[in-house]
Amino acid sequence: MTAALRDDFIPDAEPPALVVDELTTQIRVGRTWYDAVRGISFAVRPRETLALVGESGCGKSLTALSVMGLLPAGVGRVSGGRIVVDGVDMTAADEPTRESMRGDRIGMIFQEPMTSLNPVLPIGFQVAESLIQHRGLSKKAALNRARELLELVRVPAAASRLDAYPHQFSGGMRQRVMIALALACDPKVLIADEPTTALDVTIQAQVLALMADVQKREGLALLLITHNLGVVASVADRVMVMYGGDVVESGPVRAFFARPSHPYSEALLAAMPRIDGDTPLQPIAGQVPTLTQMPTGCRFATRCALRHDRCAELPPLTPVGDDPNHLVRCWARMSP
Amino acid sequence: MSAPAPTAAAPRSSAFGRATRSGGLALGVLIVVASIAAAVAAPWIAPFDPNAQDVLLVLSPPDTVHPLGTDAFGRDVLSRILWGARISLYVGFVATLAGVVIGTVIGVVSGYYGGLVDRLVVAATDVLLSFPQLIMGLLLVAVLGASLTNLIIAIAVTAVPAFIRMARGSTMAMRERDFVDACRALGYSDMRIMFLHVLPNILDELVVMASLWLATAIRTESTLAFIGLSVPPPTSTWGGIVREGFDNLLDAPWMSIFPSLAILAVMIGLNLIGDGLRDATDPRSPQ
Amino acid sequence: MLRFVIKRLILAIPTLWAVLTTVFVLVRVVPGDPTIAILGDQASEGARAELRDKLGLSKPILAQYVDFMSQILTGDLGRSLSTNRPIADDVLAVLPYTIELTLAALVVGTVLGVPLGVLAAKNRNGFADWFARIFSLAGVSFPAFVSGILLLLVFAVELRWFPVISSANAADPVERLRALVLPALNLGLLMVAYVTRVTRSGMLKALSEDYVRTARAKGLPYRTVVWRHAFRNVLVPIVTVVGLYLGVLIGNAVLTEIVFNRPGIGKLIVTALNQRDYSLLQGLMVVSAFAIVLANILTDLTYGLVDPRVKTQ
Repeated sequence: MTAALRDDFIPDAEPPALVVDELTTQIRVGRTWYDAVRGISFAVRPRETLALVGESGCGKSLTALSVMGLLPAGVGRVSGGRIVVDGVDMTAADEPTRESMRGDRIGMIFQEPMTSLNPVLPIGFQVAESLIQHRGLSKKAALNRARELLELVRVPAAASRLDAYPHQFSGGMRQRVMIALALACDPKVLIADEPTTALDVTIQAQVLALMADVQKREGLALLLITHNLGVVASVADRVMVMYGGDVVESGPVRAFFARPSHPYSEALLAAMPRIDGDTPLQPIAGQVPTLTQMPTGCRFATRCALRHDRCAELPPLTPVGDDPNHLVRCWARMSP
Repeated sequence: MSAPAPTAAAPRSSAFGRATRSGGLALGVLIVVASIAAAVAAPWIAPFDPNAQDVLLVLSPPDTVHPLGTDAFGRDVLSRILWGARISLYVGFVATLAGVVIGTVIGVVSGYYGGLVDRLVVAATDVLLSFPQLIMGLLLVAVLGASLTNLIIAIAVTAVPAFIRMARGSTMAMRERDFVDACRALGYSDMRIMFLHVLPNILDELVVMASLWLATAIRTESTLAFIGLSVPPPTSTWGGIVREGFDNLLDAPWMSIFPSLAILAVMIGLNLIGDGLRDATDPRSPQ
Repeated sequence: MLRFVIKRLILAIPTLWAVLTTVFVLVRVVPGDPTIAILGDQASEGARAELRDKLGLSKPILAQYVDFMSQILTGDLGRSLSTNRPIADDVLAVLPYTIELTLAALVVGTVLGVPLGVLAAKNRNGFADWFARIFSLAGVSFPAFVSGILLLLVFAVELRWFPVISSANAADPVERLRALVLPALNLGLLMVAYVTRVTRSGMLKALSEDYVRTARAKGLPYRTVVWRHAFRNVLVPIVTVVGLYLGVLIGNAVLTEIVFNRPGIGKLIVTALNQRDYSLLQGLMVVSAFAIVLANILTDLTYGLVDPRVKTQ
């Protein structure tokens, strides 16, 4: 767990609810398994929000699915490292144990509210289901609790909508239902994978605010997966930037935005539209190499302006700048 | 967007699955070609005259002289099956061909022009398709009277609505594409566009469906013959031979079993071909 | 739900009208003289004219049509040419046997076909999948009379597990059930093919859906995920294929009744054909038409039960 604990920045805080230590996740292409997540480590404490940022295919969703134990069988697998949720080692656990953890001590919100709810089951039951499963509640008691949860996420007229079906809800309302569903058993850890990407911009802010509010109130450790740096700036405590399955930069949000240090982080920020911006938007040149064509050293090297010979070797995560918790994985940006 | 989460149903590259399916196609072709060859060669390879009766040798079990036994009139079952194949397969092929041609022409024209006629065609097709194929064929043959031509007509008619629907749907989809507009811009006639440009594009689908309907047509013919609606005696189609044997099922089961197996073999062969062709032409095949 | 039922029943009226009209048109407008089909081409002109009168064929076609429709509306299917008995009575006498057989087949087809399809989808390219594929091929290949004859020979004649001469109208319920087993298996096993195919492909699709991932994220056991979350969504295509198959089932029931010598619509059809009983045949076609329309209504009503999106829209 040493690698994970390097991330600590709150001394004497509660022990982390989620610890991921040197996690490696592989994806099968044809008959070969490729590392899609390469030895990443982090820890999230109660009431803390860690944002995982990167482009499509950087491994952030795979990280989430690895933590949940929901990698598609035969296509993805955890090949190394440890995942500890609320003191339970998920990587060493058997499937029944993992099942008993999922939905109970760790919940997940998915990107697509339109397709993530079952179209043929009533909303109330879908929220109540994990309570019946994990808490042994009667259906009636579970539905009662489901109503409270729907009220908590501010679904209007919750009591009368327990029997409604997903198609009778708007996208924003469905995502609220997903949040209620994930929170049903008071989990210690919540993973939100692009929870607002599929929503209208006005609804995005509402849902984010709601999630942040509930998180603080319930004391959740939140792992927020997003590609939107605006979202990161507004809700996250810490940020981890991933590229090609590697963590390339991590640190407290303030330090990160004050001094983005990895060339990829800089490029991400430069590609983000700003209201006050006089500087033109700069798209990141080139494309993420496919899994089968990843360079062995620094995976960003193929698109990097600062590339030099040493980049053939993977740089370690090293402190950068004033904050000791601000780390970067780049030969060019290592503090001398 | 985040990392693409591969779905649980991500295709496992199943070389075995593909091999068995293409193997199925080959086996189907083998069965069907062998059946056709046997039917064509019946006059030379049939050991006996299919209608020659032998009162001294009725209901004789299979032996070296009569490999598949004899029937209640002492007729050689093998010879009857070989000659019966000529009619069974002929009716199936001709009826399917007629159904495909008529249905496709109506469907393409109806889908190409649209309008009131198209709406009427669609309504009529829907009603005809709501009848079970067998019931429809039965009614038609009963009303027309059982004869070779009427059997072909009846079975062809049951196939027409399905091909109208398919050809019409494909034609309407084709019309949406640019190249039909391009053809119009070049001043091609409607006829030329429909039959030289639209038709070849739906040919794949047509062939797959025709091979499956061929099975249906042959099955319908044999079923009608089994019920008693077939060519007049003494000639019999496969279904008719099964029926002749059915009265003596307990004493002489070979009379029914062998023609039944012949029908079954051709059904399996044609379905293997149809499924194999569908897999080969449709990348989104549910298999 | 009641409003949904009423709406569906009203919608069935034009369909029923169209289907009945088709029966009428097919019987009347088809080229050829039905009196020749019935009496043979040797019949005298006088006999044929008499038959034409008896069948009502000498009236103008429109008057025939009005007669035909008004008779059906009053539940009258006319009288049999051969026995002169009311056709409706003959049909009603044997209809329960056909309904009993069809329902039993539906149960066999669904109870065997659905689990096989689910199993095939869960173990893709495994043994169950291979088995399902064989079943599919057999189901689409076997004419019902061929499979019926083989079942009869194997299980009744060779193994003697079931009576060769069925007594479907026996008073003893056990005897009646024994007589039902083989015919129902014959119809049901053929149906398994279709049910299995659609269940398998539906489950493969459903298991890859986002809501299944959500269900797994709740920590539900995989069995619950498969049956409660994925399978519920496959009910719609299954109901569709069962509904469509009812038409085939009615046709196959006719053949099965003939092979197993059961009383029913099938034997009545053969009687009608053998006696050249033209009006009985027309009556039977009207009954089939009703059965088909009824099957369609039931299918649509079942949609309302299995898919909440249907009735709340």
